Amino acid sequence: MSEQQQAQTEKLAHQLLQRAAPSRTVYEDLIIVPVFAIVAALILGGLVMLATNVSLEAIGKSYVALIYGSVGSLGAWSETLTAATPLVLAGLGVAMGFRAGFFNIGAEGQVLMGGMAAVIAGFSFAGLPIYIHLPLALMAGILVGGFYAGIAGWLRAATGAHEVISTIMLNLISYRLVDYLLKVPFIQKSGRSDPISNAVLDSAQLPRLLDWIDPNLRVHGGLIIMLLAVWFCYWLLFKTTIGFEFRASGENADAARFAGMRSGLIVVLVMALAGALAGLAGANQVLGVLERASPGFSAGIGFNAISVALLGRSHPIGVLIAGLLFGALEAGGRQMQVDAGVSLDLIGIVQSLIIAFIAAPLLVRAVFPWGFRGKAASRKE
Amino acid sequence: MDIELRGITKRFGEVVANSGVNLQIKAGEVLGLLGENGAGKSTMMNVLSGLYRPDEGEIVIDGKPVQFDGPGDGIRAGIGMVHQHFMLVPVFTVAENVVLGVEPTGPFDSLDLKTARKQVREINETYGLEVDPDALIENLPVGIQQRVEIIKVLFREADVLIFDEPTAVLTPQEVTDFFKIVRALKDAGKALVFITHKLHEILEIADRINVLRAGQIVGECLPGEKTDIELAEMMVGRPVNLEVEKKPYAPGEVLLDVKDLTILREDDSLAVDDVSFSVRRNEVVGIAGVQGNGQSALVEALAGVHRVAGGTISFEGKDITRTSARARHKMGFAHIPEDRLKNGVVTNFTIAENMVLNSYYDERYSKGVSMDWNAVNEHAAEYAAAFDVRTPSIFETLNHLSGGNQQKMVVAREMSRDTQLMIAAHPTRGLDVGSIEYIHSRLMHARDEGDAVLIVSSELDEVIALSDRILVMFKGRIVAEFGAGGRPVDKNDIGLAMAGATL
Ligand SMILES: Nc1ncnc2c1ncn2[C@@H]1O[C@H](COP(=O)(O)OP(=O)(O)OP(=O)(O)O)[C@@H](O)[C@H]1O
Ligand SMILES: [Mg+2]
Repeated sequence: MSEQQQAQTEKLAHQLLQRAAPSRTVYEDLIIVPVFAIVAALILGGLVMLATNVSLEAIGKSYVALIYGSVGSLGAWSETLTAATPLVLAGLGVAMGFRAGFFNIGAEGQVLMGGMAAVIAGFSFAGLPIYIHLPLALMAGILVGGFYAGIAGWLRAATGAHEVISTIMLNLISYRLVDYLLKVPFIQKSGRSDPISNAVLDSAQLPRLLDWIDPNLRVHGGLIIMLLAVWFCYWLLFKTTIGFEFRASGENADAARFAGMRSGLIVVLVMALAGALAGLAGANQVLGVLERASPGFSAGIGFNAISVALLGRSHPIGVLIAGLLFGALEAGGRQMQVDAGVSLDLIGIVQSLIIAFIAAPLLVRAVFPWGFRGKAASRKE
Repeated sequence: MDIELRGITKRFGEVVANSGVNLQIKAGEVLGLLGENGAGKSTMMNVLSGLYRPDEGEIVIDGKPVQFDGPGDGIRAGIGMVHQHFMLVPVFTVAENVVLGVEPTGPFDSLDLKTARKQVREINETYGLEVDPDALIENLPVGIQQRVEIIKVLFREADVLIFDEPTAVLTPQEVTDFFKIVRALKDAGKALVFITHKLHEILEIADRINVLRAGQIVGECLPGEKTDIELAEMMVGRPVNLEVEKKPYAPGEVLLDVKDLTILREDDSLAVDDVSFSVRRNEVVGIAGVQGNGQSALVEALAGVHRVAGGTISFEGKDITRTSARARHKMGFAHIPEDRLKNGVVTNFTIAENMVLNSYYDERYSKGVSMDWNAVNEHAAEYAAAFDVRTPSIFETLNHLSGGNQQKMVVAREMSRDTQLMIAAHPTRGLDVGSIEYIHSRLMHARDEGDAVLIVSSELDEVIALSDRILVMFKGRIVAEFGAGGRPVDKNDIGLAMAGATL
């Protein structure tokens, strides 16, 4: 190569390092579509309420209650954050699976198993100081959740069993396993005949963060763990070689294999990680909110986590925002029920509508054409 | 039907893919489109077929301006496009694929496949296509699959047919057959647009040639007026050397040694049957063969991504038959895979990410598990610049690149490393003449630096131009050797051997 060519190549290389400003389409997809989706869902939710003979006044009141109950006061914020924490944690787990191309339906079972492990560790070791006992109980949740999901990963890698089926089976097993465990004498609360566990010791409870303001504020240390988990997942996905392998396998498994990545290892790793996060969500519930385990204590967190992951576009920050939205809907929904007497089921409908709209950006674009200038263009070749 | 494009401009963000293009397409005529990788050919045809909406300019059909809001409008106006990547459902039959989306229906909206089959047969007869309407797509060779795409377009009653690099994946025999079909279509009064990078093809089939550079028409001519060298210069804007410059053959020690290699396909049929050969340092070995004779499986087994059923592969004297693709990569194997979109790249990743897709773990790019993105980006930019990958930035996702530039990106990745053995399957597929010249010189450079180079290509001219020795594969076996110790290199003889004749 001549010197002149060399200089030219270097100049070109320098130009190639320039980043383009994010296009309008990206901005529309990330911000405008979700905003419109929420508005559309609220309007449609209102129509549903109208159709079920709720008066206009009550509808107005209920939406005021929704906002007031989710962000209207310190107590509301506390409830929103408390509800959001496990959803974000389990949602992160599901999202990591999606990124690597695995459809992990098993978060519910992983939440249950992780929660059970945390409860057992939480009431077992009396006399430990909190800085040992609490991490121990959290760790129990992480490890058991990770192991439980790892089974599905291993089945996939070793036998090709599809993870959707195996995680559903593991969910079903976990329900019965929890029922059984709650009757085991060592776990069951003494003197009770119904299935309920011993209470978590004080030394294993996630401390409340704002009880110095008002002892009724339930927001607890799990919030900090959740934020750390968001950061960790972001770092793992985008700053590490492991995350690179996850994303490559998720986008194009063939190319990942040709590039020398080991798909078997990746599936076990990503499922274990997903289970660890869901297990942490379960631990967070029993150590921070419930203080004990009872049948169905997971309360559908693992299933909502799938919606949270989808809504958050499988991006850690997106999952955080989606989890907060779900938490707000849950907290606000309770207020809605109290203030306006609207049934909790309607909140479920509004939630579902929001997901449906966000999952269908083209629909949102069609309903609100004036909100968008950039055309949703995808390249075909 | 005559079509005119007037002042078409199409932008993608800051990239101007077409700027003020005027083009005429006439019934009963083949318009040949030439242009560098990224010149804007595919974009222009996507505008014409309604897939993209132009930012400026208009499409005029038989004197009337029209506006397309999607590919549906294009096809309704009689414009059909045969894409380079076929859009067929592999588990459906030919007839089912052809009617997909416009199914003829019987009573109660039931699918009327009988009519569909009949119509497919009629189209077959009219244009001499010879496709069995009941064959499953997955069992058909590429050339026939392409005909199915053509039938699809004809079934929708297109008067204008656009072919975007139709010959890139065809064997020479299939190209000949394809040209027959093109002539039949022309005689039936269809207007045709034909995009290719192969100059001799365009000289053979086009009635009129338009040359595109950087989004603009830079020249129009008739095939008789120009030679391929003149066309190449018009395209690239500088003189191009169409010949490969090669230093004398001076082979070193044996680097890759394959003994009695047997490879099975997924359905347990024999792909490679007891094959032995070796490649030395400073040597280019070409594998010639009609597609489907085991070359793909052989290349994949050498790269470590396909299981070996029997025999051994050794490298520098060590048995590596069972080592992983990653381990081989570390030993200095480079692999340009045959199907770049499926196996070579992640289309939703950026160019930078794709550039390190198989070397991200290298200490240049990561410390422990932590990626060093600054280092990745700087290297990626350097490689992209050196191989002239046309893109505004390395942070652009790969699916925003033109077809040829995607290929260049893969070649850049594989060649920008200290390699020992270069395994290249169709390394210049879809590239313009300027890029081919550069890639060929890089391959020759690798050989002269002491690499062993193995080239698989259905492009016989390319194999002959590059190789020191040529092995011909037929039905999973090596049936003949040309050059060096074997027979003298003769294009005709090689062609015969590829067809299975014993010499
Ligand atoms: N969807 C898109 N987004 C951004 N840029 C694009 C998009 N499609 C095409 N481009 C850019 O437009 C230019 C023209 O691309 P086009 O695919 O038309 O080239 P081409 O002439 O067909 O090249 P090739 O011979 O390599 O197929 C290229 O620079 C390409 O990067
Ligand atoms: Mg193209």
